[in-house]
Amino acid sequence: MSDTGIGASVRRKEDFRFLTGQGRYTDDINRPGQLYAFFVRSPHAHAQIKGVNKAAAEAAEGVRAVFTGADMEADNVGSLPCGWVVTDRHGEAHKAPPHFPLARDKARYVGDHVAVVVAESYAAAKAAAELVEVDYGELPAAAETGKARDADAPQVHDDAPGNLCYDWVLGDEAEADAAFANAHHVTKIDLVNNRLIPNAMEPRAAIGDYDAGTDSYTLYSTSQNPHLLKLILCAFVLGLNENKLRVIAPDVGGGFGSKIFCYAEETVCTWASRKVKAPVKWTAERSESFTSDAHGRDHITHAELAMDENGKFLGMKVDTTANMGAYLSSFATSVPTYLYATLLAGQYTTPVIFANVKAVFTNTAPVDAYRGAGRPEATFVVERLVEVAAREMGIDPAEIRRRNFIQPDQFPYQTPVALQYDTGNYGASMDMALEMIDYAGFAGRRSNSEANGKLRGIGFSAYIEACGIAPSAVVGSLGAGVGLWESAQVRFNATGSVSVFTGSHSHGQGHETTFSQLVADTLGIPIENVEIVHGDTGSIPMAMGTYGSRSLAVGGSAIARACDKIIEKSRKIAAHLMEASVEDVEFDNGTFRVAGTDKEKSIAEVAFTAYVPHNYPEGVEPGLDETAFYDPLNFTYPAGVHICEVEIDPTTGVTEIVDWVAVDDFGKVINPMVVEGQVHGGIAQGVGQALLENCVYDGSGQLLTGSYMDYCMPRADDLPSFRVGLTETACTHNPLGVKGCGEAGAIAAPAATINAITNALGILSMDMPASTEKVWRLANTQQMAAE
Amino acid sequence: MPTVSMTVNGRAVTGEVEGRTLLVEFLREQLSLTGTHVGCDTSQCGACVVHVNGESVKSCSMLALQADGAGVTTIEGIAQNGELHPMQEAFREHHGLQCGFCTPGMVMSAIDLLNKNPSPDEGEIREWLEGNICRCTGYHNIVKAIQSAAANMRG
Repeated sequence: MSDTGIGASVRRKEDFRFLTGQGRYTDDINRPGQLYAFFVRSPHAHAQIKGVNKAAAEAAEGVRAVFTGADMEADNVGSLPCGWVVTDRHGEAHKAPPHFPLARDKARYVGDHVAVVVAESYAAAKAAAELVEVDYGELPAAAETGKARDADAPQVHDDAPGNLCYDWVLGDEAEADAAFANAHHVTKIDLVNNRLIPNAMEPRAAIGDYDAGTDSYTLYSTSQNPHLLKLILCAFVLGLNENKLRVIAPDVGGGFGSKIFCYAEETVCTWASRKVKAPVKWTAERSESFTSDAHGRDHITHAELAMDENGKFLGMKVDTTANMGAYLSSFATSVPTYLYATLLAGQYTTPVIFANVKAVFTNTAPVDAYRGAGRPEATFVVERLVEVAAREMGIDPAEIRRRNFIQPDQFPYQTPVALQYDTGNYGASMDMALEMIDYAGFAGRRSNSEANGKLRGIGFSAYIEACGIAPSAVVGSLGAGVGLWESAQVRFNATGSVSVFTGSHSHGQGHETTFSQLVADTLGIPIENVEIVHGDTGSIPMAMGTYGSRSLAVGGSAIARACDKIIEKSRKIAAHLMEASVEDVEFDNGTFRVAGTDKEKSIAEVAFTAYVPHNYPEGVEPGLDETAFYDPLNFTYPAGVHICEVEIDPTTGVTEIVDWVAVDDFGKVINPMVVEGQVHGGIAQGVGQALLENCVYDGSGQLLTGSYMDYCMPRADDLPSFRVGLTETACTHNPLGVKGCGEAGAIAAPAATINAITNALGILSMDMPASTEKVWRLANTQQMAAE
Repeated sequence: MPTVSMTVNGRAVTGEVEGRTLLVEFLREQLSLTGTHVGCDTSQCGACVVHVNGESVKSCSMLALQADGAGVTTIEGIAQNGELHPMQEAFREHHGLQCGFCTPGMVMSAIDLLNKNPSPDEGEIREWLEGNICRCTGYHNIVKAIQSAAANMRG
C-alpha cells in the first residue's frame, strides 16, 4: 500500500480551503445586480388563504416585486413532485396531493410559503414582508402523528380521506400469525421514534440567475444532488428544457439528507429571476431551517417478536404509523416502506416477518430522509425488541443475538422482507466489540459505580444497513421514478494530470480525497495530479447525487469503471508505440510493459500521444477521456455492533456515556481516517436523538422547538470520545468491494443508548429522548419502588 | 450612514454601515471575508467566531460600530506566509473538519482557549466548545486536534 493509495489515511485535499476561510458556499456567492428574497410564511398550522394584499409591501422602499401562489399559477408553475410512488395493500397508488411552491388555497403548516418579497437588500425584503397582509381563515389542525387518523381529526387534504397517504404491507400476515401461534414466548413493545430536525450547520440557500441573452437559467443551490434537482425543476415544476437550466451546488455545509429534496425556495428564486430580470438570492435564517427543512423520523410503532424456548426468533410483526407532514417531500414515501420494513430482519434469521405501515398527513413540516432514512427506525425496532426479549427470557443480550445471527456460510442470504444480503460476518463484529468494551469486566465496573451511588448500564445495537439503493430495474418496479446508477468521467489531460467529473456530491464526506486515492491508485499517477470535480450540471454528465451512503459504492464504482476504460484504450496506444500486440502489454502502477522485454511506456506518455497522435494506432480515436455509468447489482449491506456504556447519577438524572465501542464492517476501506470520522459523526447524531433532540409541535401545530434555544443539539460536552474498530467482508458485487459508512453511526446509536440506559435503570423501555428529567423520574421511581 | 474603521487581519479598513449592521455582515458583505459564517440567529452555533482585540467574539452578536478602532482577526488572517497556523494544521492532521462550515469558528474559538489555558484537559476543551456546534464530526477529532495543537504550541 502506498502512502496515498487505497487503504491509507491520506489527509484531506479539501481541508486547506476550508481551514483558511476560502470555502465557497452558496451564501458566499454574489451575482451582479442581485436581489434578495424573503418569504412570507404561514404563522398558522392550517388556514385558508382568503386573500393577500401586496400593495403596502410593493410600495415599500427597495422592493421590486411581491409574488404569491396566484402569480406562479398564472405562469403554469407545477407542484413539487414526490419521486417514489408507493402502492398500497389494495394495489392503489399513494395519495399525492399537490404541493405548490407558494401555497394557493390553504397554508398547511407553520412555515408554509404564502408569498415572497424580492427587494434590493435583504433587510428591505424582510421589512417589506411584514407589510404583506394575508387574510387567513384559521382552521383546526391535525398536529399529532398518533391522532391523525382519528375520526374527528381535521383533514389536511380533501383528496386524502382520513389523512391517509397509504396503508402498505410487506410479508405474509397469515404465515406470521402461524409462527406466533407456535411461540414459547412473545415479546411486545410500543415505541416512538422521535421526530428530528436535521440541522446541517449551513442553512439552505439559493440564487436563481436568469440570462435573457441565452434564455437560460443558472441556479446555485445547497443541494446534495444538483442533477436530480435540475431534472425535477425542469420536467415537473418549471416546464423548462433541461438544456436551459444549469444547477451548481458548490461547497455545501452538511446535508444529512435534508438537502436532497427539491424545495419551494430554490424553485421560487429560479422562477422569480426571470420575472424581475435579475438574480434572486435567498439564504435561510436558522429559524426557517427549523420550520421548513424536511424533518426526519416520526414513527409510532407496535412490534412483537415470537421465540422458541431457546430464544430463537420465530417471527416478527410490526405495525407503524409514519408521519409524512403536510405535503409529500421528494422521496418521503420510500422512507418508512422500502428503506424501513425491508430492514426488519436485521442481522437475524427470523424466518417470517410481517410489517404494516400507515403513512399519514399532518399539519406539520414535510418529513423525508434524514441520516439513515428508515434504517435507524428499523434498527431501533429490532434492537429494542431483541433487548427486551433477552431481559424477559433471562438470556444474556450478546448471547441472544449470537444465537440468531445469520452465519457466514449462509450468504447470500434471502431475508423474508425482500432483500438478499450478499455477505457479512456478524459474529466477528460482536466478538471484537465484546473484547474492546471488556464485557467480562462489566459486572465489576457496575459494582464500582454502585459504590459511588451511580447506576451503570450497558447496551447493544447489532445493526444492519442497506446502502447504495439499487439496481434501477428493481427500484423502478417498487415505484421509484428515477434510476439509481451513478456516472463518472475520467479525463486524462494532455500533460499528465487527470480531471475526474463525478456525479456524487461531497458536503463533508471528503470525496476529493477518497476519490483521488482511488484514481491515483488505479492509474498509477501521483495523487497531486488528480482533481475531483463535482456539483455542477454544466460540466458533469447526468448523475444521481449523494444520499443513502452511496457515493463510494456507486459513484466510486463508476469512477473505477471509467478508469478501466482509460487503461484499456491506453493499452492499445501503448502497444502501438512499443510495436507489440495489445495482448502482450501489461499494466502495473502507471506503466505499460511488453511482457518479457524491457520496453515500457508510462500512462502519462500514452496520454500525451493520445492528444498529439502523430504516431498512432489505426482505428483508435484521439483523446483520452472516458465516461462510465454504473448501475449496481444489489444494495450493499454494512453491519456491525455498537456497545454503549452509561453511568447515571440518580440524584440529578444526568446520563454520562462513559464508553462507546463501534465495530463496523464496511467492506474494503479506502481512507480509514475519513471512515472513522463518518462513524463518529453518525454516532453523535444517533446519541443526539437518544438523549437530547426532539422536535415538538403543540396540539395546534405550533412548532415549540424552533431554535437552538429549544432544540437541543449535541455539544462537545454531551459526547464522549469513541472507540472504533473495523471488520471486513468485501462486498461481492461492486468492483471495489466497498459498502458505505455514512449513516451507520446514526442507525446503530439510538438503540445502543436506550438499551444501556434502560439496563442501568432496570426497566424494559423508555421513550427518546432520554432527557435528564425523564431519567431522574425513572431512576427515582425505581428507587422508591425498591424502598 | 456612520463610518466605521478598524484593522482587519492587519489591514486598516473603513466603511459606511447602518447602525444595525452586525460585525459579521460588515466582514462578509463589505470586506468579502466570507470565511466567517452565519449558522444561526440566536448566537448559539459559533460559526461566526472571530477575534476582536485578541478575544474570541461571536461576530453575529456585535455591531460593526462596536468594533470601531478595534483589531479584528478572522480565519483568513491566521495563516502566515502560506503556512497554516498550528491550530489549522492540527485540524487538518486530525481530521477535525468535514463539511467545513463550523470550522472557522471552531478554529478561532480553539485558539482563544489555548491563549487562556495552554494545557486544557479533554473535559476543559469540551466545556469550552459549548458555544460552537458541529453537526459532522461528533467533536471527537476536534478535541484531538485541539489537544495536539496545545502540545505543539507549548513546544
